[in-house]
Amino acid sequence: MRPGPHTVLERRVTTQSDLTDTSPAGASRRGFLGYVLGGSTLVAAADLGLGRAPAAHAAVPSPPQVAELYDLEDLQTDAARPTANLITITVDDEGRATFALPRSENGQGITTSTAMLIAEELDIDVEDVVVELAPARPELVFNQLTGGSNTTVSTYTPVRVAAAIAKGALLRAAAVQLRTTVDLLESKAGVIRAPGGASATYGELARAAASETTQRVEVDLKPASEFTTIGTPRNRVDARDIVTGAKKFVTDLDVPDALPTMVCRPPTLNGTPRALRNRAEVLAMPGVTDVAQIATGIAVRAETFGQCIEAIRAMDVEWNGGPVDGEDDESVLAGLRRAALPMAVPKVPVLAKTVDLEFEFMFRSSAALEPYAAIADVRDGRAEVWAGLKAPIVAQKKIAEAILLPTTAITVNVVTGGGSFGHKLFPDHAVEAARASKAMGKPVKLMWHRADEPRQGRVHPLCTSRVRATHLAGQVLSFEQRHTSVETDFSHGLGDMLSATAAELPPGVGNLSVAEGIFALTQELPYDFGVVTQLLTEADRRFNTGSMRNIYSPDVRVANELVVDVLAAALRKDPLDFRLQFLKDERTRAVLERAAEVAGWGKAMPPGTAMGLAVHKEYKGSTACVVELDCRPETVGRTVRDAVTGPRVTKAVFAVDAGLVVNPRGLEAQMIGGFADGLALTLTSSLHLRDGHFLEASWDNYFYTRQWNVPPDFRVEIVDAGVDQPGGAGEAGVAASAAAVACAYARATGSVPKRFPINHDDPISFEVKSFVPPVPAAPTNGRDLTY
Amino acid sequence: MPMHTFTVNGETVTVDADDDVRLLWVIRDLLGLTGPKYGCGINVCKACTSHLNGKAFNPCAVRVGDVAESDEVTTIEGLADTDGTPEGELHPMQEAWLERDVAQCGYCQPGQIMAAVAKVKQVRAEGRSVTEADLDEIRNVCRCGTYTRIREAVKLGAARM
Repeated sequence: MRPGPHTVLERRVTTQSDLTDTSPAGASRRGFLGYVLGGSTLVAAADLGLGRAPAAHAAVPSPPQVAELYDLEDLQTDAARPTANLITITVDDEGRATFALPRSENGQGITTSTAMLIAEELDIDVEDVVVELAPARPELVFNQLTGGSNTTVSTYTPVRVAAAIAKGALLRAAAVQLRTTVDLLESKAGVIRAPGGASATYGELARAAASETTQRVEVDLKPASEFTTIGTPRNRVDARDIVTGAKKFVTDLDVPDALPTMVCRPPTLNGTPRALRNRAEVLAMPGVTDVAQIATGIAVRAETFGQCIEAIRAMDVEWNGGPVDGEDDESVLAGLRRAALPMAVPKVPVLAKTVDLEFEFMFRSSAALEPYAAIADVRDGRAEVWAGLKAPIVAQKKIAEAILLPTTAITVNVVTGGGSFGHKLFPDHAVEAARASKAMGKPVKLMWHRADEPRQGRVHPLCTSRVRATHLAGQVLSFEQRHTSVETDFSHGLGDMLSATAAELPPGVGNLSVAEGIFALTQELPYDFGVVTQLLTEADRRFNTGSMRNIYSPDVRVANELVVDVLAAALRKDPLDFRLQFLKDERTRAVLERAAEVAGWGKAMPPGTAMGLAVHKEYKGSTACVVELDCRPETVGRTVRDAVTGPRVTKAVFAVDAGLVVNPRGLEAQMIGGFADGLALTLTSSLHLRDGHFLEASWDNYFYTRQWNVPPDFRVEIVDAGVDQPGGAGEAGVAASAAAVACAYARATGSVPKRFPINHDDPISFEVKSFVPPVPAAPTNGRDLTY
Repeated sequence: MPMHTFTVNGETVTVDADDDVRLLWVIRDLLGLTGPKYGCGINVCKACTSHLNGKAFNPCAVRVGDVAESDEVTTIEGLADTDGTPEGELHPMQEAWLERDVAQCGYCQPGQIMAAVAKVKQVRAEGRSVTEADLDEIRNVCRCGTYTRIREAVKLGAARM
């Protein structure tokens, strides 16, 4: 059942103040409109754009910083508002509710939390809710992008409205069947009971509750005081499938004749193929069915992926160079330094003292464990694609451009991804699979080799951040930050969203470049430091970049919090006391106090070890992290085969206020993962650009956090600020973690690190894998390594 | 092409494949068992960890030509039929994974669980119980970073094995 394109829903209330009906009991009521759609079973619908009042920023005095009053969450939620398009919940005759979520699940737990929202409003068990991922729905325009930790922020209200409408229809059907009135009925666990004890299940009522014609209905949502599911810890809905190996990712799907396909890639970044010189030889290899030159390299299709790998290794390809041939980290950094904006030189008294530090953050790979993979079947003027995609509408458009078909001829199916971290915002894999399928005239199951991911995949841009602060007589008078970065690619939809919403944005933001706008909408220094300016400049467009989990914030906040510690020391203040003195808002103060208390901030630490702390404010919430870091030689020098060991966080406490929490167990999981990311960003993980290509080609080259880096003692504290709207979770754990570890490192070693990760300039500890061929040989000694 | 016969999850299978094809692709692409995942193909990420005659191994690093008829391969799909787990129940390590709600995206977790079971048996064979140092030795990559819960679940599963 699909609503027509012109279905218009309206919200009964139109302004922020109208939202709250101060009834005598003091309870707030919210009335929302939705539909029971015409059909043979119950289908309830709500506008995905529900849930946000018109932008309130216009009435607010000119803010010192944009993100404080209007942030990326607001942009995404506002961008969704004009798209009057419906999401639907269907109740079947077994009492199950089914919902196609127009977002992408990559491990962040949104299918679980969305099932909880529906279960709450419908009064059924979470197990009776099936949340699927919707295919690309072009009519949703901006409202099918998964990013910016925005899913729950933007869907919290519309999903509940649709569920409430479904329940209302079931209650009305039950009243007829049980010969009573709706107000006397009680619903619980999918059963509706009348006063005399008569009852009917949702499954029995689903057909009776259906409407022959589409009806507009109004509902009130359940008040938070009556929540029994929202706010309770729930396990993931797909946990059992995961632990039994039954969960299907793209390469696990059985699409007829979609044989394994891989691509032989150029030896330098973004090089292009000129010719395959030994085509006949490659085609004659075992298992190989097709070979085709495509834009990014030479694609090969075979009976198994293993045979694709062998074929790639055998290819003799003539390549064109890439745009950064001959370049390295230092040459790119030199370009950034030339582009950096000057400081604004605020007028401060001559006696004021200055802290002026510059930090460098090296390239990092956003690749997930599941490599880029997509299935494509491009034949007879039509295309069908299956992939993990966070912006499927953009994917559909880019596939259309690549294979010269209208978007209406392309079906894009969204498959649960094996991690994203921003990587799957881009449809690189889907476009490449479509090109290969078109060139071969056959379905393909295309997968990137691991080595392809760090070397040719999306990266977090290399950047510098200079901070200059002035202080006098115990006060910080100014805090200026100039962040200069290799360009971040926002062509996945956030960019279009910003342009289309420009007229509604706060003064000044609409005129910025896309990246500068995103920067302004996400960055907020949470301290009262006098004149504060934080500006972004971009300088280099030659790299394959993206919004890696938490975009700019980990780097910006590492630079900020290190300078905050330097300022605290200059003013002879304890880092905790100093922050508490200058923090602007109560929610951030509360998480910092909680984290410091639980971690035992201030306790004596042995020489070579130290505690570090940091805060961050984003995604409608606040976070704080306190760590204990061991930098003693015996720890730093411990050896693990083919690994980076280095300093170890031995204990960490992470406190989070994420607004209204739907699933605390899921929120905790996101903080655990976010911490692991922040730890790697500061201590171990980077790409080295040398002679036009990245050296890393394996998880034993690119050192994302591993078990030997993990703090044995880790605790998440959820702080409840009593807020009635959810904040973001997926990226909220990264920035404060990265910054706390950096601050602890500076305190343990007595010197402020300037380049991140701190091990970047150590001698390369691995044997660099070949660039021709671009993929390493598969080992054969697995039987010797069993345990 | 040569035929290869061995046991997978208690069933005898015969596949037609070149000796050189790595067992991971035989399992995934030819036999259609997709629990073991590809994450690197060079025995680093450990996402394909399965058991060979009861010990952890990585099929991405074993040629099918090196697998003998007497070899017993167990993938995540067959784990619940081992270690005397009652019919219809999950292996204690899988249950521990559920109890701690370990998984995020889930891509690495079949390999993590297979590695955990083998690690516990290895430590037990040495007459010890699992220590933090043992957990530090687990090389399986989890890019979602849910390492803390993996550590908790391994200890919990070990107590029940």
